[in-house]
Amino acid sequence: MPTRSRLHVPAPPARPGQPPDFSYLQLSPAGAVSRPESTCSWRETMATATGLIRVLDDGHRATGPWNPRLEAADLQVGLRHMLLTRLFDERMVRSQRQGKLSFYMKSTGEEAVSVAAGMALQPGDMLFPAYRNQGLQVVRGRPLVELMCQLLSNTRDMCKGRQLPVMYHSAAANLFSISGNLATQFPQAVGWAMAAAIKGEEHIAATWTGEGSTAEADFHYALLFAAVYRAPVILNVVNNQWAISTFQGTAGGEQNSFAARGPAHGLPGLRVDGNDFLAVYAATRWAADRARTGGGGTLIELVTYRAAAHSTSDDPSRYRPKNEPECWPLGDPIERLKQHLIALGEWSDARHAALSGELDAQVGAAWQEAVKYGTMTEGPRLDRDLMFEDVFKELPEHLRRERELLRAELAAPV
Amino acid sequence: MAKMNMIQALNSAMDIAMGRDTSVVVLGQDVGFFGGVFRVTDGLQRKYGEHRVLDTPIAEGGIIAAAIGMGVNGLRPVAEVQFADYVYPAYDQIVSELARLRYRSAGDFHAPVTVRMPCGGGIRGGQTHSQSPEVLFAHVCGLKVAIPSNPYDAKGLLIGAIEDDDPVILLEPKRLYNGPFDGDPNKPAVPWGTHPKGEVPADHYTVPFGRAEIVRAGQQVTIIAYGTMVHVAAAAAQSLQLDAEIIDVRSLVPLDVDTLCNSVCKTGRCVIAHEATRFAGFGAELAATVMEHCFWNLEAPIQRVAGWNTPYPHAFEWEYFPGQARIALALRAVMEPR
Repeated sequence: MPTRSRLHVPAPPARPGQPPDFSYLQLSPAGAVSRPESTCSWRETMATATGLIRVLDDGHRATGPWNPRLEAADLQVGLRHMLLTRLFDERMVRSQRQGKLSFYMKSTGEEAVSVAAGMALQPGDMLFPAYRNQGLQVVRGRPLVELMCQLLSNTRDMCKGRQLPVMYHSAAANLFSISGNLATQFPQAVGWAMAAAIKGEEHIAATWTGEGSTAEADFHYALLFAAVYRAPVILNVVNNQWAISTFQGTAGGEQNSFAARGPAHGLPGLRVDGNDFLAVYAATRWAADRARTGGGGTLIELVTYRAAAHSTSDDPSRYRPKNEPECWPLGDPIERLKQHLIALGEWSDARHAALSGELDAQVGAAWQEAVKYGTMTEGPRLDRDLMFEDVFKELPEHLRRERELLRAELAAPV
Repeated sequence: MAKMNMIQALNSAMDIAMGRDTSVVVLGQDVGFFGGVFRVTDGLQRKYGEHRVLDTPIAEGGIIAAAIGMGVNGLRPVAEVQFADYVYPAYDQIVSELARLRYRSAGDFHAPVTVRMPCGGGIRGGQTHSQSPEVLFAHVCGLKVAIPSNPYDAKGLLIGAIEDDDPVILLEPKRLYNGPFDGDPNKPAVPWGTHPKGEVPADHYTVPFGRAEIVRAGQQVTIIAYGTMVHVAAAAAQSLQLDAEIIDVRSLVPLDVDTLCNSVCKTGRCVIAHEATRFAGFGAELAATVMEHCFWNLEAPIQRVAGWNTPYPHAFEWEYFPGQARIALALRAVMEPR
């Protein structure tokens, strides 16, 4: 027995040069976690908050009480959205490497987290995404050209050149403006949901943040307010194991699951295999049904893995084993859904290759169009006067003056 | 017209705004059943229900974040931060989110949130119940910032803030809640009832942002102040029998540059007074603005009067507070012949 206190500093099981080790990960067999009614007390979710809700088994069959029993056509749509998201990501990283984009962030390996959840919600539900939820933009049908113009900060940029790449928004598609500050959208989504309840409206809010960002006070505000007011909101923690170089243990994942923060606040918690399209869909529907019927919010942890770098400015080989992504025990969400569809007799390698080619061509064509509206280095540029707009609803005198000063400055180079 | 103190005027503003527009909601610590620690929201929950006047957890960041989400969903939230000294946990939500949502989304999203907070010292609040953090908001692009010095302006500014589609920070000098204050804590308290600005219309009206008020016209020197210092400065000028032009800034953002600078160009002398600490205080912005516009009209260096660059000490509250004596020294300095 130690005779004095000792500081514990969590460390990942493997650093570069060491063999990957995911033995820390608590897994449950597919179908093993029971499914309480969506109207249940949060007390009945202690098992779902620490177990792992999975539907797809190792034989690629859907099993257990969480099976959402989707039609094959819906699964094919999901597969299409996920594949498009991945191909879009690949192409945008290439464009960044060619110097056409200043920055990009892939969601490789995490596509189901966004796509399945987005498909399980209604178009009128308000989504408050984080920066790695591009699958939500795809599910909501945002034109690729529009997304690319944002990435390019060009003349068709929805943000008028004010945001870093990937900080999309669409008021028409109920996709909230993405902030570069982490977790701030979490309690905002709760406020949106509170307003919906105050007004007696049927739509709910859903939001996403990373496991690293659960350390922010905003995460805790969100859980507290959601629980106190029973706000119709779905709070999603995307546990992709890594916050840049910071292992999920440093965010507190070593001691208890992130989903278990829910019951601590009196909210149900669901810990879900985030690479299992069916499980993500089923958990989201459970939480949405609960929210729509006055049951309040749910905290969902989506256990997944950030297979790519944090961003184009990051090099994960500096802090984790190079082959760690291949050893991730929950596999790849696209591959798993593909194999499930094949097992159902509703898909084939040939159809997959054809779809892949079609979507790749779609991405390529969108890029050819997007660059016509300007890139960082060539083509048309946004009007500089736009810089002063939208600080306030009306342009105030001091900004009118500054706009004149900039015009004078540009007219009189040194 | 009715006689109101600043608390009643602010309460009336929210009452009128809530009565006219069902999207107006009030939220904050203790604002509901209890009616607020300063009674500013007294009776509102009884009248408008607990869905529109929400008691919240003690979580300023959560309050402002929830207000932003509500604002995005079509409500007009009025959030109370119980003391301005408690606003810092909400600073990220105010600076990075509330202030910039319209800009970052190119006008597609906005949150018309009003944040009210009692500020300033003189109530034996010590260093955690006395601060004047207005410059921390004035520095942030996208926020309107106002500080009333009397009940009439308080009501008009608050109604204007609630109806404004931009976010507004309203700092309420709590030493002025119950009466004007000339800086002398040993004098008996004076109620608003006998002050002309305690005459407040019972109905709807607004005081526009971006307009300073010339409280007293004068020829010898311009005193630029806001909040509590408007009254302290007026008393100091009167003691020295100076024909001072006293300007109440009222709206820090947008700033009424013309009214301030026309006055200083006329008088050629300028004293700026605020209760917040001097270094990088809002007075520095005012002084620089006046200097840029009035340099050739100035007869003497601009003087700034402010709180010391220390926290607000409990035991030395009145030595910290920029009272009449400190203003008088500045006035004498600025009036000295060259």
